[in-house]
Amino acid sequence: MMASEVPLAKVLERFGGKVELDETATDMPCLLVPPEDLVELCLFLRDDAELQFNFLSDICGVDFHPEIPRFMLVYHLVSIPNHWRLRLKCRLFDPPAAPTITPVWTTANWHEREAYDMYGIIFDGHPDLRRLYMWDEFDGFPMRRDFPLRGYKDNYNPLGATRRDGGGGA
Amino acid sequence: MGVLTNRFQDSVFFTTSDNIINWSRKSSLWPQTFGIACCAIEMISAGCSRYDLDRFGVVFRPSPRQSDVMIVAGTVTRKMAPIVRRLYDQMAEPRYVIAMGTCAISGGVYNTYAVVQGVDCIIPVDIHVAGCPPRPEALLHGFLQLQDKITGTRVLRAEEPETLPSPEGA
Amino acid sequence: MTEVTTLQETKTGSGYAREVLMNLGPQHPSTHGVLRLLLQMDGEIVERIEPHIGLLHRGTEKLFESFTYTQIFPLTDRLDYLCPPSNNLGYALAVEALLGIEAPIRAQYIRVIMAELARISGHLLITGALPMDVGAMTSLLYTMRDREMVLDLMEMISGVRMHTSFVRVGGVREDLPEGCEARILEFCDIFADRILDYETLLKNNRIFLARVENIGNIAAEDAIALGLTGPNLRASGVDWDLRRDAPYEIYDRLEFNVITRKDGDCYDRWKCRLDEMRESLRMIRQCVEQMPKGDFLVDDPKIAFPVDKDLLAHSMETHIHHFELAAYGFKVPKGEVYTAIEAPKGELGYYLISDGSEKPFRLKVRSPSFVNLQALTERTTNVKYLADVIAMLGSLDPVMGEVDK
Repeated sequence: MMASEVPLAKVLERFGGKVELDETATDMPCLLVPPEDLVELCLFLRDDAELQFNFLSDICGVDFHPEIPRFMLVYHLVSIPNHWRLRLKCRLFDPPAAPTITPVWTTANWHEREAYDMYGIIFDGHPDLRRLYMWDEFDGFPMRRDFPLRGYKDNYNPLGATRRDGGGGA
Repeated sequence: MGVLTNRFQDSVFFTTSDNIINWSRKSSLWPQTFGIACCAIEMISAGCSRYDLDRFGVVFRPSPRQSDVMIVAGTVTRKMAPIVRRLYDQMAEPRYVIAMGTCAISGGVYNTYAVVQGVDCIIPVDIHVAGCPPRPEALLHGFLQLQDKITGTRVLRAEEPETLPSPEGA
Repeated sequence: MTEVTTLQETKTGSGYAREVLMNLGPQHPSTHGVLRLLLQMDGEIVERIEPHIGLLHRGTEKLFESFTYTQIFPLTDRLDYLCPPSNNLGYALAVEALLGIEAPIRAQYIRVIMAELARISGHLLITGALPMDVGAMTSLLYTMRDREMVLDLMEMISGVRMHTSFVRVGGVREDLPEGCEARILEFCDIFADRILDYETLLKNNRIFLARVENIGNIAAEDAIALGLTGPNLRASGVDWDLRRDAPYEIYDRLEFNVITRKDGDCYDRWKCRLDEMRESLRMIRQCVEQMPKGDFLVDDPKIAFPVDKDLLAHSMETHIHHFELAAYGFKVPKGEVYTAIEAPKGELGYYLISDGSEKPFRLKVRSPSFVNLQALTERTTNVKYLADVIAMLGSLDPVMGEVDK
């Protein structure tokens, strides 16, 4: 499953300049894509007769605090007919927002809700963007790097950190 | 009543009321079918063919209203805590709680924003069974310990009667 | 805990209709853990299913970031707690890929044996629990009895029944104990007949079949769009198994069939797991036969503890390495990798980003149960009545530890 196998030249050509190849990834080919072209790229990858990336494996949010741009979304795609894998990376500025890809793959629904819950990434057009793991009143986005591991101190959490203004991206 | 059949003439036996109440309580400890995480699997193992909790009079009941013991088998999260408390409140007295496994005892390795650091923060615990997860034998031992504990309690007169303050002295 | 709230009551010509909101779980014997389902019901017909998860969210992924690479193994155990060795294996492969090392062949065999035993133990629980959910208690007692045999083998190999944490980066913790191969083969002989028992117990049971056949059908294209993997995907007729299609460890040396079914209903998912256990047995047998003698851990003092413990008493250098490794852990080169294995529930992926330190920068778990559970919400399946929801849920086989992470 090496990078050379997947015919990505046509993708790069089709999106001329907007989508770039990420050379740093070694385990599978990787494309850098701006958020505004994400949906179009996904549709193209899924529907192209040769590529057939029909399976969305995973969506992963990453926080690079204090780097700018701060957030990244990583999509892992699989082409079941061709046995290829592909990674898409999408850098997001703070406050993070990205278009939803739920219309492309149904499975994206919960993955995106998870990314929203953990990182506070807003997915425009998502049918049901609510917290997934934490309860609705929960304050902050726990997987952000400035959120303390033990959470913030309250009556039920005596071991938590003391809250400072603006902490936790809340 | 196999061993007792035809052994005695019509007789009167003397015992204390506490004894007979405690004996009946400890001989039918019915736990809730309520598993939270990994420990629940060992709890099921303990209830199934090899370890067979039934021989101690321990029969799982699906409803909290019918059960005497609550086995907190797994990590109690902040989101789960109100539900655990509610299930405890729904049980009829006398009720007992076994905290099974390190997570239920102290939060264990999960010292994070989402986990209650020990279930005794929300409900009173009678028996702690250590292990991650505890072996079914350990859970059996926990039940035997609980039976011992019940044997030693006084039911009819749980506390020494308070000396009433005399009206003259007030 | 089951509660009912009335949404609206309407008088119709034939009587009166009531639309209610029903709460199922989190304490309910057939939700397989702490899953809460909110069901919008029209009489007995389910209009909408809304799962509420996160009741077991322990913050594992956040915790990964503050643990060293070796300390993470016990945490991975507790994700899919029915089959811990598979989780260990997937994680070890991710770290090894970044380090650019490979475990010795014997270690790979041991890992595969344990992963397949774990698959049997995971499938055993659900092949027993699904019939129990729909009313056939006996099968669970049978499968749990036989699951003890698997757990005994695990205990013999690693010393622990459930959370083995036996895999290490670059191999396994110890070699197989003496006489273990014979015990494994003995288990294979006994267990082959037992699978037949479960099958004959339920195959012609009309009540069981009425509850699972043609219930919750998922078409192949829907299954792919929903991201289903593992037996759930293969029951819908998609021939996709990472053990064959992207082989890791020594799976390319083993001969096995990928089990697929056609209809994708609850029965097919149940049957698919049953047949997979047979294939697992075949694989375990082959592993035991093929397994060579040799090392079980890489010989790299910066990554793995010394195999020869006597060296610790004699060699200063070994001692220093041992201390460094135990106190600080090892560094993993900067980079990122996604490894996927075929865990019992489906594709278990670990996406690891390393910043070159002893702790991962980000470790994302692509847990199969999390994705599989989502199929419950979609209207693409023909789950119609309340009773079908239970069968559907049981046949999807979610493990809440993995769903909530």
